[in-house]
Amino acid sequence: MREIEASVITQAVAQLCQEANYELGDDVLSALRKVQETEESPLGREVLGQLIENARIAWEEKRPLCQDCGTAVVFLEVGQEVHVVGGDLYTAIEEGVRQGYGQGYLRKSVVSRPFSARINTGDNTPPVVHAEMAPGDKLKIAVMPKGSGAENMSRLAMLKPGAGGQGIVDLVVATVSQADGNPCPPLIIGLGIGATAEKAMLEAKKALLRPVGKPSADPEVAQLERDVLAEVNALGIGPLGFGGSTTALAVQAKVMPSHMASLPVAVNLQCHSARHQEVVL
Amino acid sequence: MINNIKITSPIEPEVIEKLTVGTRVLISGVVYTARDAAHRRLFEALDRGDKPPFNLEGQTLYYMGPSPARPGQVIGSAGPTTSGRMDIYTPSLLAAGLKAMVGKGNRSPEVKEAISKYRAVYLATIGGAGALLAKAVKKAEIIAYPDLGAEAILRLEVRDFPAIVAVDAYGGDLFQQGRASYQKKGP
Repeated sequence: MREIEASVITQAVAQLCQEANYELGDDVLSALRKVQETEESPLGREVLGQLIENARIAWEEKRPLCQDCGTAVVFLEVGQEVHVVGGDLYTAIEEGVRQGYGQGYLRKSVVSRPFSARINTGDNTPPVVHAEMAPGDKLKIAVMPKGSGAENMSRLAMLKPGAGGQGIVDLVVATVSQADGNPCPPLIIGLGIGATAEKAMLEAKKALLRPVGKPSADPEVAQLERDVLAEVNALGIGPLGFGGSTTALAVQAKVMPSHMASLPVAVNLQCHSARHQEVVL
Repeated sequence: MINNIKITSPIEPEVIEKLTVGTRVLISGVVYTARDAAHRRLFEALDRGDKPPFNLEGQTLYYMGPSPARPGQVIGSAGPTTSGRMDIYTPSLLAAGLKAMVGKGNRSPEVKEAISKYRAVYLATIGGAGALLAKAVKKAEIIAYPDLGAEAILRLEVRDFPAIVAVDAYGGDLFQQGRASYQKKGP
């Protein structure tokens, strides 16, 4: 067994929360620069330029990319030979979020009793934590501050198996069309296809951790990603919904086997401020 | 060529008449922030016949809840939130004298109708560019509902804050028009 101190985990999470909120990934920046050359709308091109400028300011001034510093979504891959000592894992992560959002001047957006009193918890806790076991003696932590503008426009559908690939294209197009300018396009579209309802949505979100523009390793899935992207960009919504040829930067799908009666499809939308950072301990 | 004009907030009625969809503006002057929770309280105050915490007459609301300011900063990041969530409250606020709103994303048919009726304007700014937009904020103070934290109402002084006319008093809608111009295929 390899021992990892809970305090080391807390410190790592606190740092990841801050880095993710100040630094837009190179993959997202490259994708924005690329579409700046192809965007048909002059206003759309200008908006894309402002988003790139925003990323520069955020990085230089350590000012959040977006005032919506998100729900802290934390993905863990826990090596089965790892033993956490000096505290429990979930408490360590929660403390990391508390410290990161406090020290980093990040907005605390989480409210308790969401259906009634909606009282801000004051420190952006609790985070949403997804843990899975993995071989080895390492602990991988990815932090994704997820803004709600795009999260609110996400959707899950249990399609009939006969709907097939076209059914998936139609679902995503309808979802993005209805969302219109609200989720801060250009979007990154996470798709979870197959498994069960809850697993499809989790994998749709995890697909957003993939580098933007890196297609699925499976050629058939990669083709589906391209098909969906082309149809979505034909909607004309454009950067921030002002009209244009760039409504999404990428479609990132994860396909899993499912029950013979099912075709679950989860669509998790990510705004252009696609923030996530990870570390391996 | 796209227009680009400097305007002062509160916006004079005759200026509002000139603000047509697609006009780009740089706003200077005073705007008040309000998002979900503050809207609900303003709406409930008006509904009870109480005076809201500031006079809405002729004013501009910015749908924004900033991140905390670091020492020495006026404000943290300060970009718009999704305007559509305020739609259920907006016609009442317009009836109470509100003249301009700044946010992101499209508005409901009811809001667009009320914007025409009360000769008001909805301006869209750059969603997700909170660090950039914060540069245009020169002063910020809490004037109401401090218990709401990031959702408290702030009085902001802004200079050359960039926005674009998204819904005008003539029924124009930037989101519909922009999309129609570039749409190659429908859903």
